[in-house]
Amino acid sequence: MMASIQPRKVPYFLTGPGVIFFAALLGAPMVMTLLLSLHSYDFNTGIQPDWTLANYVEVLGDSYFQKIFGRTFGLALLVTVICVLIGVPEAYVLSRLSSRWRSVFLLVVLGPLLISVVVRTLGWALFFGGNGVLTMTAQALGFGDEPVSLMFTFTGMTIALVHVLVPFMVISVWASLQKIDPQSEDAGLSLGASKMTVLRRITLPQAMPGILSGSIIVFALTASAFATPAIIGGRRMKVVATAAYDEYLSTLNWPLGATIAILLLLANIGIIVSYNKLIERRFAKVFE
Amino acid sequence: MSFLIFETLNKKFGDFVAVRDMSLSVERGEFISLLGPSGCGKTTTLQMVAGLLPPTSGRIVLDGKDITKTPPNQRGLGIVFQSYALFPHMTATDNVAFGLEMRGVGKAERTDRARGALDQVKLGQFVDRYPKDMSGGQRQRVALARALVIEPPVLLLDEPLSNLDAKLREEMRIELRLLQQDIGVTTILVTHDQEEALSMSDRIVVMQQGDVAQIAAPLDLYERPTNTFVSDFVGKTNLIQGQITGDNEVNVDGTRVSVDTLAHTHGSSVTLSIRPEKFQMSDDPSGHEVRVEAAIFLGASWLYRVKGSMGDLFVTQPNTGSAGYAKGDVAWLGWPEGALTLFKGAQ
Ligand SMILES: Nc1ncnc2c1ncn2[C@@H]1O[C@H](COP(=O)(O)OP(=O)(O)OP(=O)(O)O)[C@@H](O)[C@H]1O
Ligand SMILES: [Mg+2]
Repeated sequence: MMASIQPRKVPYFLTGPGVIFFAALLGAPMVMTLLLSLHSYDFNTGIQPDWTLANYVEVLGDSYFQKIFGRTFGLALLVTVICVLIGVPEAYVLSRLSSRWRSVFLLVVLGPLLISVVVRTLGWALFFGGNGVLTMTAQALGFGDEPVSLMFTFTGMTIALVHVLVPFMVISVWASLQKIDPQSEDAGLSLGASKMTVLRRITLPQAMPGILSGSIIVFALTASAFATPAIIGGRRMKVVATAAYDEYLSTLNWPLGATIAILLLLANIGIIVSYNKLIERRFAKVFE
Repeated sequence: MSFLIFETLNKKFGDFVAVRDMSLSVERGEFISLLGPSGCGKTTTLQMVAGLLPPTSGRIVLDGKDITKTPPNQRGLGIVFQSYALFPHMTATDNVAFGLEMRGVGKAERTDRARGALDQVKLGQFVDRYPKDMSGGQRQRVALARALVIEPPVLLLDEPLSNLDAKLREEMRIELRLLQQDIGVTTILVTHDQEEALSMSDRIVVMQQGDVAQIAAPLDLYERPTNTFVSDFVGKTNLIQGQITGDNEVNVDGTRVSVDTLAHTHGSSVTLSIRPEKFQMSDDPSGHEVRVEAAIFLGASWLYRVKGSMGDLFVTQPNTGSAGYAKGDVAWLGWPEGALTLFKGAQ
C-alpha cells in the first residue's frame, strides 16, 4: 500500500525536485560567486580569507572596467535596436505569407538556432578575417588591396550578434502578431484608413507587447553574451563577460572575476526590471 | 433604380462555389437579412459588399455607381464584424473616432461626435474604457457606434448579436431596429438566427449552400415558403411525405388529406408542410386521431410530439392556463384551410 500524502502538501512534493535541482545548479554557484567576490586576492598567496568590498570599489572606480561596461551595454542597446528593425518587418512579412510558404520560411528563420552559436560565429570570423570573403569581395570590386577586416571590431561583434539573436525577436513578434484579430485590420480599412495607416495605427501597436518582450530577450542575451564577443571581439574588444573570463583564467584573480560577474548580473536585472515596469504601466490597461 | 444592386455575384474558392448567382436589389433605407445555416456563404457575400473579398464574377452597384473594384477604404461603408474587431489598444472613444480621423475631422469635433455616438448606443459612461474591460454587449455597441458615426450609406452587420445572452439579444434586436429606422440607413444583416431575421427585416434572403433559396418579406417567407428548405429552416414545420391520388387529395400512408393540388400532377410524390402552431388540438373526436407521446411546457405554449396514422408530428398549442395533454392521452387534430403547403417531390 502506498503511503498517503495530505493533498495540501502535494504541490510541495511535486515542485520539490525542480526546486532542489535549481537551488543546486543555479543558486549554489551564484551564492558561491557572491561570496567569492567579497574576498580579496593576493598575487603571491591567492584568495584571502577576509571580507571586503574592495573588489567592487576597484571595478566601479577603474576607467578600464567602466569602458568595458559602457561598451557592453552600448552593444546590447545597438543590437536590440537593429534586431527590432530587422525582426519586426521579418515577422510581419512571415505572418502575411500563405501557410505553405510560411512554414518554409519559419524554418529558414529559426533553423540557425539549431546550429551552435560557436559554429555560427566561427563562420562570421571566416567571413570577416583579413583574408576572408569580405576582403576578397572588396578587392574584386576594386576597393584597393588593403585587407578589410571586421575582426576585433565593434561593428563585427554587432553584426554577428544581430545574426545570432534576431530569431528570438522574430519569434516573439510573430507570437504577438498571431494574436491579432485580422478583422481589426479589415475594420481599419473599412473606416477609410490606407494600408500603411492600418499597419502603423492598428497592427504595430497590437504587436508592441511582442516587440518589447523580444527586446528584453535580445538585450539580456547580448549583455551577457560570451561566445560571439570572445571569438569576434577577442582580447582587443572586451565585453563584461569576456573580461570576467579573463580575470578567472588568465589573471587567475577569481574574486575580481566574480565581482565583475555579479555586477553584470545586477546591472542586467536592474535594467530589465525597470524596463518591464515601464511596459506594464503602459500596457496593463490595454492587453490582458 | 434601386440603391444597392447585386448583379449575379459569384464567389469561388478554387473549385468550391461559396456564392452562386446572387442577384438582389436593395432599396434606400431597407433592412435586409441574409439568413442561412453556417457555411452557406453569408459572410462571403457581406465581405464582397464591403470590398474585402473580390467577387469571381458579377457586379455591385451602389447609388448608381459600380463599386465592384473600389477598394474597401474608399467605399465608406459601416461594418460591424462577426468578432466586433475593436481596436484593443484604443479606448471606446478613440475606437469610434478613428473613422472620423481618417476623414480629416479635427480632434475636438471627432471626440464630440464619438461621444455622441456612444451616447446613442447607451454607452455614455464608458467612453474611456478599453475593450478588454467591457462586456460582450458593450463591445458590440461600441462596434455599432464606430460603424454608424461615419454616417455610412450602407450598414453591414455580420451576426452582431450572436455573442450576447438571450435576453440582451432580444433587447438589442429591438434597439437596433429602432435605431436603424430612426437614421434610415440601408442595412444588410447576416444571421443564422431565423427569429432575428424575422423580427428585424423588411425582407429576408434565405441562402442555402451558396444559392439564394428565397427572397421575401418575413410574413410571406413564413406563410408561403417556396421550397422545403425554407419551410424547414424558417420556423419549425412538419414535413409529411405523400402521393397525389385524386383532385385535391393526397394519400399519406393510407390517410387521405385534402389539399389544393392544382399545380401538381396526379400520382406524383409530394411533401406536405404544416407548422406546429397551425394545428387545433381537441377532445372532440373529429379530424386526425393521434396519441400524445411527449408533452413539454414552454411557458407561453405547450409543445407536443404526437403519433397518428400520418406518422410523428410536432404540435404547439397556446397555454390557456389549464393543464395540457399528458403523455398517453388521445386527441384529435384539425387545421384550417390553407395551413398545408404542398411541395413537389419527396423530401
Ligand atoms: N478563404 C476561403 N477559402 C476557402 N473556402 C472558404 C474561404 N472563406 C470561406 N470559405 C468557404 O465558403 C463557405 C461560406 O463561408 P462563409 O464564411 O460565407 O459562411 P457563413 O455563411 O458566414 O457561415 P457562418 O454562419 O458559420 O459564419 C464555407 O463553406 C467556407 O468554408
Ligand atoms: Mg459568417
